[in-house]
Amino acid sequence: MTSTLVRPERTAPSRDDRARPARRRRPWWRNWQLYSLLVLPVAYFVLFRYIPMAGNIIAFRQYVPGGNIFGDSWIGFQNFQLFLADPSFWQVFSNTAILGGLALVFGFPVPIILALLLNEVRNRGFKRFVQTTTYLPHFLSVVIVAGMILQITSLTGSINFVLKAMGLQAVSFIQDPAWFPAIYVGSEIWQTMGWGTILYLAALTQIDENLYEAARLDGANRWQQTWHVTLPGIAPTIVTLLILNIGTFMGVGFEKILLIYNPATYATADVISTYLYRVGIQSGSFSYAAAIGMFEAVIGLVLVLSANFVSKRLVGASLW
Amino acid sequence: MLLLAVAVTLYPFLNVVAQSLSSEKYIDFGQVTVWPLGFNVDTYKLVASDPLFWINYRNTVVYTVVSTAVSMLLSTMFAYAISRKDLKGRGFFIGMALVTMLYSGGLIPTYVLVNGLGLTNTIWAIALPNAISVFNVLVMKSFFENLPKELEEAAAIDGLSTYGTLWRIVLPLSKPVLATMVLFYAVASWNSWFPAFLYMDNSNLYPVTVYLRNLIAGATGAQDAGASADANLTQITANIKAVTMVLTVLPILFIYPFIQRYFVSGVMLGSVKG
Repeated sequence: MTSTLVRPERTAPSRDDRARPARRRRPWWRNWQLYSLLVLPVAYFVLFRYIPMAGNIIAFRQYVPGGNIFGDSWIGFQNFQLFLADPSFWQVFSNTAILGGLALVFGFPVPIILALLLNEVRNRGFKRFVQTTTYLPHFLSVVIVAGMILQITSLTGSINFVLKAMGLQAVSFIQDPAWFPAIYVGSEIWQTMGWGTILYLAALTQIDENLYEAARLDGANRWQQTWHVTLPGIAPTIVTLLILNIGTFMGVGFEKILLIYNPATYATADVISTYLYRVGIQSGSFSYAAAIGMFEAVIGLVLVLSANFVSKRLVGASLW
Repeated sequence: MLLLAVAVTLYPFLNVVAQSLSSEKYIDFGQVTVWPLGFNVDTYKLVASDPLFWINYRNTVVYTVVSTAVSMLLSTMFAYAISRKDLKGRGFFIGMALVTMLYSGGLIPTYVLVNGLGLTNTIWAIALPNAISVFNVLVMKSFFENLPKELEEAAAIDGLSTYGTLWRIVLPLSKPVLATMVLFYAVASWNSWFPAFLYMDNSNLYPVTVYLRNLIAGATGAQDAGASADANLTQITANIKAVTMVLTVLPILFIYPFIQRYFVSGVMLGSVKG
């Protein structure tokens, strides 16, 4: 609507000869109030977003605690060489990829399935009830989620209650590295599945009812309708969300892992961000940790850009 | 299938509530599921008698109010400015915000910066570094863009300044989106724990989420070098943790039925407009 209002001004300026010089004469500072609104937010972006980006320079410099936030003397790529040669770095790198990959593979389809099921529900009240309850975990603090995870998986928790009732041995899930990926991925799905359905449900309402009718006339059953009409209908949404998920998949749930892991489960639970938290904040190796953080952020950026590029080429859907 | 999803979602909540109302011996035998055994509210009295809990709870309220106010002020100013098509350099400002969604400086430089600015142990360490959510700004921007332009033009002709137009025309018309954004920011801030954990070293300044985190961490053996106080907390029992969780989440659960549909429409607005 707005674009059609603006365009005539640009393409046919001669029609309104008097308006143009007036507009010309109006200097930019006539709009100073509009620009003044930008001062604080731009200062915010520069200070808290762009300076930290520039602050990554400390990865190439020697930082002295309390010293210059950009570091105090050049050391070149030393920190990068250091962590590339560090076996514990490769350990956390592969943990990050495994946890992120598992969460993506198992977590991504769940909201789609849930949305398709919800779409079949004809009873509005029941549909609302399911949505309301499954959204709920999304609104919880990660501290609460971690608390629930720890209680349910504890030796006296519900899972072990069931195991014991079946005559099995209790398992100390939270101390066992083998169980960590399952706990992490399971809780991710628990927390995100309901909320994830929102966008799919929105996409589902956009599908043309006539397509279903046509499919029914062609003799398609419920499954065939889902396969040939519904899924293609929400495919653009699926692809878009997939790109976004791939982009963030290196940034696995840092806060949650920090809350539920412990030295006994480091072998599978320690990821790049928790490692750099320990190395940087707890041990004070700021320059070294900044180098790791930069490496992680660049991988993330490359992943989004390439996922976007690939999908633009293959599917024609992209974020920009 | 759907009922299963509902059951799986609800179970942890019921379990925590049941534990918070149960007596300890049943929890220690791992018998509590969704129904309290040995019903009592003693643990609630116990938690409520800890002055630190109430100090931290009050901190959470204060932090939430201040952070939300700061976030709303900055986000509204920015979103309104970039929603105006007559803003020269509009593309530049939008781009400036979008870049920060793709690439961030990361934990370490931010930490060094916040310390360098001397914000540690102040509320500003929590309220400022994440004051603007670019996603929220985009939602607000698209809402502002969809307001009838004629109203703003009429206001300008009647001699209202930009400030006047924003204050007397745009904001009153934008109550739905403003309410949504207040909820987004307030819930995020109520739930947040990490900035406080990172930048505050005095337990009197902690929000209740960090209080809870320390209870939880005390019992898992996940002590870290920085938090020596955790060592004293190793025998925190399950019902105390459960009570604290219930009390922390209560305000959210209480307003949840009212806020849910705002959140949903907010997410939709952001997604449909891209």
